[in-house]
Amino acid sequence: NLHTGQYYTLPAAHIQKLFPHGLPPRFQLQIKTFNEGCVMVRPPALELISYLKKADYSKPPLRYILYGDVGTGKTMCLSHALHYCYTQGWLIVHISDAHLWVKNCKELLPSSSRPSRFDQPIQASQWLKNFKITNERFLSKVQLGYVWTKRERTEKGQPLGELVDQGVNRMKSSSDVVGAVLRELRLQAGGATEGEGAFKLAVAVDGLNALWGKTSLKKEDRTMCEPEELTLIHNVRKMMKNNWSGGAILTALSQTGSLFKPQSAYLPSELLGEEGFDNMEPFVPVSVSNYNEKEFESCYLYYLDRNWLQHSHSRSEEGKKELIFLSNKNPSILERLCAFL
Amino acid sequence: MAASGCRGVRSILWKYGSYGKNLFVSRSKMVPQLPLRQIYVASSLWKKNLAAAGPQKFTQEFIDKQVEEFEVGKRHLANMMGEDPETFTQEDIDRSIAYLFPSGLFEKRARPVMKHPEEIFPKQTAIQWDAEGRPFHFLFYTGKQSYYSLLHDVYEKILAIERHQDKMRNKGLFTSDTKQILLTGSRWLLKEEIEENLVENISVQDYMRLIQLMELLLSMPYCSLEEEFILKFRKQLEVQSSKYEIPALQYDPQGVAFSVADGRRKSAKASITLRDSGSGNITINGRNYLHYFPVLQNREQLMFPLLFVGMMGRFDIEGSVEGSGHSAQAGALRLAISRALLSFVSEGEVEKMRQAGLLTADPRIRERKKPGQEGARKKFTWKKR
Repeated sequence: NLHTGQYYTLPAAHIQKLFPHGLPPRFQLQIKTFNEGCVMVRPPALELISYLKKADYSKPPLRYILYGDVGTGKTMCLSHALHYCYTQGWLIVHISDAHLWVKNCKELLPSSSRPSRFDQPIQASQWLKNFKITNERFLSKVQLGYVWTKRERTEKGQPLGELVDQGVNRMKSSSDVVGAVLRELRLQAGGATEGEGAFKLAVAVDGLNALWGKTSLKKEDRTMCEPEELTLIHNVRKMMKNNWSGGAILTALSQTGSLFKPQSAYLPSELLGEEGFDNMEPFVPVSVSNYNEKEFESCYLYYLDRNWLQHSHSRSEEGKKELIFLSNKNPSILERLCAFL
Repeated sequence: MAASGCRGVRSILWKYGSYGKNLFVSRSKMVPQLPLRQIYVASSLWKKNLAAAGPQKFTQEFIDKQVEEFEVGKRHLANMMGEDPETFTQEDIDRSIAYLFPSGLFEKRARPVMKHPEEIFPKQTAIQWDAEGRPFHFLFYTGKQSYYSLLHDVYEKILAIERHQDKMRNKGLFTSDTKQILLTGSRWLLKEEIEENLVENISVQDYMRLIQLMELLLSMPYCSLEEEFILKFRKQLEVQSSKYEIPALQYDPQGVAFSVADGRRKSAKASITLRDSGSGNITINGRNYLHYFPVLQNREQLMFPLLFVGMMGRFDIEGSVEGSGHSAQAGALRLAISRALLSFVSEGEVEKMRQAGLLTADPRIRERKKPGQEGARKKFTWKKR
């Protein structure tokens, strides 16, 4: 709690590896501008990290849901906690925005393995690439064996890396590869004891409400697709169930990308819907709110320090009061406001 | 006719001497009736171009009779309304007429009216020459006789003051710090107003010349001798800020001061409760202002009154607004906030706010669509053939 309001620099190498796709686009721009990625330490993130430290990993994983108003910093807190996990050496499964999988998909193929499902090869291969970048050191360790199509099969004992490569190269079966990867990780996460194969699994999903909401994709006969019918979504849902052990599930809700939900909805019950809520119960809710005085002060000083606030009036007391009023201490609005000052 | 001639001079001077009042020359009483045809002009309260109306179309007799009838009618009206006929003012007359003849007409000028005949019948110039065609006024052939005779008078007064100055110097009593005329809070009469008084058209240069002469008169130390004359040409300006009614400051059971005010803009109505609690929360229609007004411009509009007065984090605002679009709602809220702030702020600040435009209701409304056009201004495609 002493650290709230302080800025915590993410090392550049970590950013490249851990978050090839994970950070909000505006934050990525900010990193590029300032040449460094600094995250503010905030109570929700600290809370999450303390839970992670205290949790017992022989039991099924705890589910944490970050919820809050639009623009209060849920994704950032999630990334912060994820970075902690990364430094601890966990294996990271990070879905940066589940909403991207339920809308604007160009290619929707009927699944090769199961008849009633639909594949999304582009999204799946994209995700596999990112997964590879993030978890390079684990790829040689894990073993498995699967049947893909009639012609291809992976023998037992093949490392995970090969599987991932196969998924990246063969677009057709990439969604199934994703499913397989996830299943393997689940099985192996708590399974192996201390020694070579042990690792803890951190599953991070942003935009959790996409998994149980509606999609905007249509099937060939012009009826709406259910999220159930998408392979990727189905596999991720299986991950969300806590029938495995040895890890943690960190999630964040998001209203901005969600489909068919009003803008005022931000509570888990509203955004997840009944089905999602039942699935995710029990979970640990962590609420994220606007900056308080100290945090606002710290953000303001950070921008000043980086010479981001060019206008001379913004340096005075009056200017600060104006900023407080206009943004109501909301992080994203403040950021957008300062962007043109 | 010579008799009428000199009487005419006097009458014209007399006419000129009482500015804005009785311009009707009482000639016809003293002189046998000239063969004039009385043509009744349609009455209207707004003054038309009086000089162009030409010589008088009403006789003085007629006007006097109207005045008598008006007075008698006023007493009757007072009796009807049950009020005292002696102290029955024009406002009371207007009120009574509006009560007795309720009219649904939109055009205020078309409603029934009872005013003094001087306000109804336009002022006109009398015939300015006698039966033989000789003009009465010595400056008639200048074309603008009233104007030039006014200049003549002013110059006479200047000369009189100079003579007075010399006399004082001779006596050795000359001092520069004599009583000065107070000119603050008044302005010179406008060209239109002077034209109305003189019943003559004057050009802009003439007007400037007149004002220069008056300024010259004012620059002399002993001008206070002619104070009354000069003040006839100055019009008092009302103090603007006294027009605003400040909403009363009420107190909560907890002792927190609050005030309530309304505001309107373009069919959006807003009502606000401003509490002096010390936090800066703003709730509109039950939602946070950040959610209700995602657009920065609207939030800036809300911020402006508080920023101007410098009381940003002090008030809690609870508002309800309905109607029109988001910008209009923001404008209505802004007006309401400014009005509510009046009760928390000193007199000088009120004047500053008025000058900043915070207290003025924006009169712009949606313009009507006209027939034959696509919209208010947009025309149909113009085809040459």
